[in-house]
Amino acid sequence: MKNSFFGVTKMDRTRLNIELYKKEYLIRKSEETIRKYYMDDEMKTPVHLSVGEEAIVSGVIQAMGKRDQVFGTYRNHGIYLAKTGETDKFFAELYGKKDGMGKGKAGSMHMFLPEENFMGSSAIVATVIPVAVGAAFANKYKKNKNLVFVFFGDGALEEGVFWESLNFACLKKLPIVFICEDNGLAIHAHIKDRQAFKSITDIVSKFGCNVFKSESTDAEVIYNLTVEAVKKQRRVNKPSFLHLKYYRYLEHVGVNQDFQYGYRSEEEFKKWFKVDPLKIQRRKLLKLGLIEKEIKELEKAIDEQVEKSVEFAKKSPFPGEEELLSDVYA
Amino acid sequence: MRRITFQEALNEALMQEMERDSNVFVYGLDVTDHKRIFGSTKGLVERFGSERCFITPLSEDAMTGMGLGAAVNGLRPVHIHQRVDFLVLAMNQLLNMVSNYRYLSGGKVKVPMVIRAVVGRGWGQSAQHSKSLHSIFAHIPGLKVVLPTTPRDAKGLLISSIRDDNPVIFIEHRWLYFTSGEVPREPKPTPLEQGNILNTGEDITVVATSWMNVEALKAAEVLEKHGVSVEVVDPRTIAPLNDDLIIRSVKKTGHCIVADNDWVHCGFSGEIAARVAEKCFNELKSPVKRIGFAHAPCPTTRPLENKFYPNAIDIIRAVEEKLKLEPIDLSNEEFYSWENRFRGPF
Repeated sequence: MKNSFFGVTKMDRTRLNIELYKKEYLIRKSEETIRKYYMDDEMKTPVHLSVGEEAIVSGVIQAMGKRDQVFGTYRNHGIYLAKTGETDKFFAELYGKKDGMGKGKAGSMHMFLPEENFMGSSAIVATVIPVAVGAAFANKYKKNKNLVFVFFGDGALEEGVFWESLNFACLKKLPIVFICEDNGLAIHAHIKDRQAFKSITDIVSKFGCNVFKSESTDAEVIYNLTVEAVKKQRRVNKPSFLHLKYYRYLEHVGVNQDFQYGYRSEEEFKKWFKVDPLKIQRRKLLKLGLIEKEIKELEKAIDEQVEKSVEFAKKSPFPGEEELLSDVYA
Repeated sequence: MRRITFQEALNEALMQEMERDSNVFVYGLDVTDHKRIFGSTKGLVERFGSERCFITPLSEDAMTGMGLGAAVNGLRPVHIHQRVDFLVLAMNQLLNMVSNYRYLSGGKVKVPMVIRAVVGRGWGQSAQHSKSLHSIFAHIPGLKVVLPTTPRDAKGLLISSIRDDNPVIFIEHRWLYFTSGEVPREPKPTPLEQGNILNTGEDITVVATSWMNVEALKAAEVLEKHGVSVEVVDPRTIAPLNDDLIIRSVKKTGHCIVADNDWVHCGFSGEIAARVAEKCFNELKSPVKRIGFAHAPCPTTRPLENKFYPNAIDIIRAVEEKLKLEPIDLSNEEFYSWENRFRGPF
């Protein structure tokens, strides 16, 4: 995919936006499917759904090179789906089955797929950040030009290891892109009750990091911002820091809305839902000349893929008992 | 065979492994300063450059995660800590990330990393520079824990640890750095997960770790003069633990003392006692005896510090008790104090 800096043709732009929509739709559809089946209590794994953040993960991952690597948090479904495009292993893992990418041992919170360069995810805030920094160190050591992208939330900014990792990455000028997905909440705690600083990008820029920020829910905007960040990073040989805001539609963990508990208002949700990433992207496709039928077709293909994967996952066997003790050591 | 010190053996292992495999790199606080981790990283930065041997910010947690990421991406990091105590700052990475990364990947990734950590002792090291902590690390599935005693093992086990595809915590007692012994010049790996019999004996088994092997050998030397034959078994790798040598030895002698360089409660010595009880119950002529640190933080002042650490005399007295011997007159025995090696801060 050509980037947007060299006179993008309408054709290129349309193709790009179709790709972005497909990613977003795959995420939304998969998460909605989890919501649909979760109460059957067959997916016995805590899920932190990506509903609301589709523009960020789709836009950033679309801008990644084929060999670039990505790391994420427990809110990793979006990354997984956008990066790999596959749903068989994804659902099998959620169902705790042998055909999951982690043979059922990883569950929702630890899923990653090294063969697709999704290199790790972790359920303890900020703990994956230094690991991503180490992967970037190795890429620089091996002089292979691959970039590492690491996603984390605003809560990670309060962890010491974030600052340790940022400091080392900037000191060593490592090929890494930090992506802070800021939804203003750490579980149920508001950012104003947690952070003494007003602007993370101001602070991070003092480390000699290139900083970028956006509140857009338009995946194309995020894509272009990421492309710009990567270009600048390659030019000036410094890490990048993307501060991207979004709204978490659902409860921290689980499949439900939670406005009734009063820690946040439904009004806020309604405000963000007006600029829902999928709505924006779908409208854009129509503007770019796609007809409703074409969009429906690509949606249908994804719907079918997801439903088929759920069937596959349900039929897949559980791992055998021998798996309990396998892969503890190499 | 030529003799070199434990410290030189470590240095030689690093030098040879870095020469052999360009993916091996060495990092940590002070690895390139004038002291060079008590000499063990001497010459590395000069030979391999600052990309492969470098100091880091004081960020133990992130630097451990950094090693994990580098290992997942195909490098073989060797991270060094002048004190094991500093590793506590990296417990989150060790327990939550490093130890289970491979497992959660469904066996797809390997984590070939070595964490060298030095155990301090003496000259007022006190509560935060003297711990060993190997029992804590050994409790965690996914980590390997190695404690070399002899210079030959320092080299051979470090080579094996670097070549191993798992995270290895490699614990080195500071006092052992001064010891010397025969060490092959060529890079000869000592297999992990195999114990070693440091002294063959018939009457009683002493299972010892790290420095406590030196104390156990001294005890064996004294007891031999009094007709008591002590078998000293060094497990070397305590996680995963291959207990074959220990079990065979206790089945032969019927008595077992564990002299561990760690606290006793919930410690490695308890693990050995349990295994011996499970596997040698019928052969045991007496209960297993555990010897370790006093159950207190390590104090600074010398008289209390001396009481905190177990020594050869404690082992001798425990043997006498087990074998129902009259106490040996030790007034003519010389028990060296390695404290004398220290003049000023370590």
